[in-house]
Amino acid sequence: MARMDLISFKGLRLDGRRANELRQIRCKMGVFSQPDGSAYLEQGNTKVLAAVYGPHEIRGSRSKALHDKALVNCQYSMATFSTGERKRRPRGDRKSQEMSMHLRQAFQAAIRVEVYPRSQIDIFVEVLQADGGNYCACVNAATLALVDAGIPMTEYVVACTASLANGDVPLVDVSNLEENSGGPNLTVAALPLSGQVALMEMSQRFHLDHLPKVVECALQGCRDIHQILDQAVRRHTEMSGSALGWGNRAQVDL
Amino acid sequence: MTQNVHIRLASQRIDNTIVGTSEVPRLYTPGEIITCRSGFMRGHGTYMEEDALTASVAGVVEQVNKLISVRPIKNRYNGEIGDVVVGRITEVQQKRWKVDTNSRLDSVLLLSSVNLPGGELRRRGTEDEQMMRKYLQEGDLISAEVQKIYDDGSLSLYTRSLKYGKLCQGVLVKVFPSLVKRRKTHFHNLPCGASMILGNNGFIWICPTVSEDEENGLGGFTENLLEVVPRTDREVIARLRNCILALANCKMMLCDTSILYAFEESQKYEVLELLRPEPMLDVCVLTQQRLYMQEDE
Repeated sequence: MARMDLISFKGLRLDGRRANELRQIRCKMGVFSQPDGSAYLEQGNTKVLAAVYGPHEIRGSRSKALHDKALVNCQYSMATFSTGERKRRPRGDRKSQEMSMHLRQAFQAAIRVEVYPRSQIDIFVEVLQADGGNYCACVNAATLALVDAGIPMTEYVVACTASLANGDVPLVDVSNLEENSGGPNLTVAALPLSGQVALMEMSQRFHLDHLPKVVECALQGCRDIHQILDQAVRRHTEMSGSALGWGNRAQVDL
Repeated sequence: MTQNVHIRLASQRIDNTIVGTSEVPRLYTPGEIITCRSGFMRGHGTYMEEDALTASVAGVVEQVNKLISVRPIKNRYNGEIGDVVVGRITEVQQKRWKVDTNSRLDSVLLLSSVNLPGGELRRRGTEDEQMMRKYLQEGDLISAEVQKIYDDGSLSLYTRSLKYGKLCQGVLVKVFPSLVKRRKTHFHNLPCGASMILGNNGFIWICPTVSEDEENGLGGFTENLLEVVPRTDREVIARLRNCILALANCKMMLCDTSILYAFEESQKYEVLELLRPEPMLDVCVLTQQRLYMQEDE
């Protein structure tokens, strides 16, 4: 296949963004009433729903219970209509199992599991429309759902992808088209305030000279997304808090 | 058969947020540093990182002397001694029942902390242990009070009062626990002809009113499924349920006054109509206005 230029000579990408621009992020928290926390997130055309249940008593076999911390259980699934071709996607297939595992890895790093011994926290994410960066959108949506559920986390977990165009320009937040046109692809899930990396994955090899540049690009993307999510959380907390009259007790300012 | 089906586009959904008048306090989000000064103790929703007290949930700060905690707007039920809860039996074990009370671990109801038929001072033998499933089965609903909180955070319940016991013939509504206002009493005989238990854990039980003398006769475990609840009573219960759901949908605090106001304001709608978003919002707005008016007086 003839390689398309991922970035034009004017510095614009296939969808009109610049190299360091994210896709538009729109999100909403508290979309369901049944789970403890839920969120809906759009990152460009990638649309994801997340629901969090727990912490609750261990379901299934009691032997899974951990005596000193909570068990984090993730489930990733894609809707039949989420991609270009309609396809039944059974829940337990290899790809979604791998995604679930990666999600768990990222969230175990951030959730303060030691606060809830012998309990279980369930995170369910469903991709409604897949347009690249599915894992990132899932992590970001699940973070919002966890905040909505009031589950203590050391900080937000935020994920972002990055790629390399024309051999030297790092691209942030890669879309499906850019993913498929063959460049190497780096996914980072980070805790942006402390700068820790919870998960990093590469689809292909990068040249060692390029790697630091691409990683820094992805981390910058994470920091930008963190800003956006934090604003959304504040807006949501403000809205629901003022409707509640700030709950049962009066707050004290420091 | 004709059915009234309402399907609407996402863009036509109405915004059900009610704007309160209170000013917004300082909000903290996970990872945000609350204070770097030493001499404070970390409470719930906070952690220490490199000598800085940091928030781990999104919410408002509460300070009691030197203890600083962050209270999230919404979380699972955190039990406190003396709380009234409504729960569902999930398991029958030896000498105890496990009860789902919407908290992070299942609560425990010991055989020794229930009233068995036949007097308070009865000894509990192995016979009683074998009879446990006769009293309370998996799936039964009970009302109880929190007696003790164990080290791991699970709750011990008791029903040794005639107020508490098994629940039958009524409706259970589940809301987020933070929506239930803490009050002196959580048992209400509403003037509209129904009784209500506002569980602190967000489980609300609505049932037809039982007369006083009848109530005293109940030993806590009797189940009367043969009695038919008249249609008018059931309509009142259904209307109350829909009102509570409407208030919960708009994230308004639930107490006997707000529910009663909502019930009165909803009279212009059919019970069925209260499930649609516009009447729900309308009822909530009117209820909030009345609550503000009452506050001003």
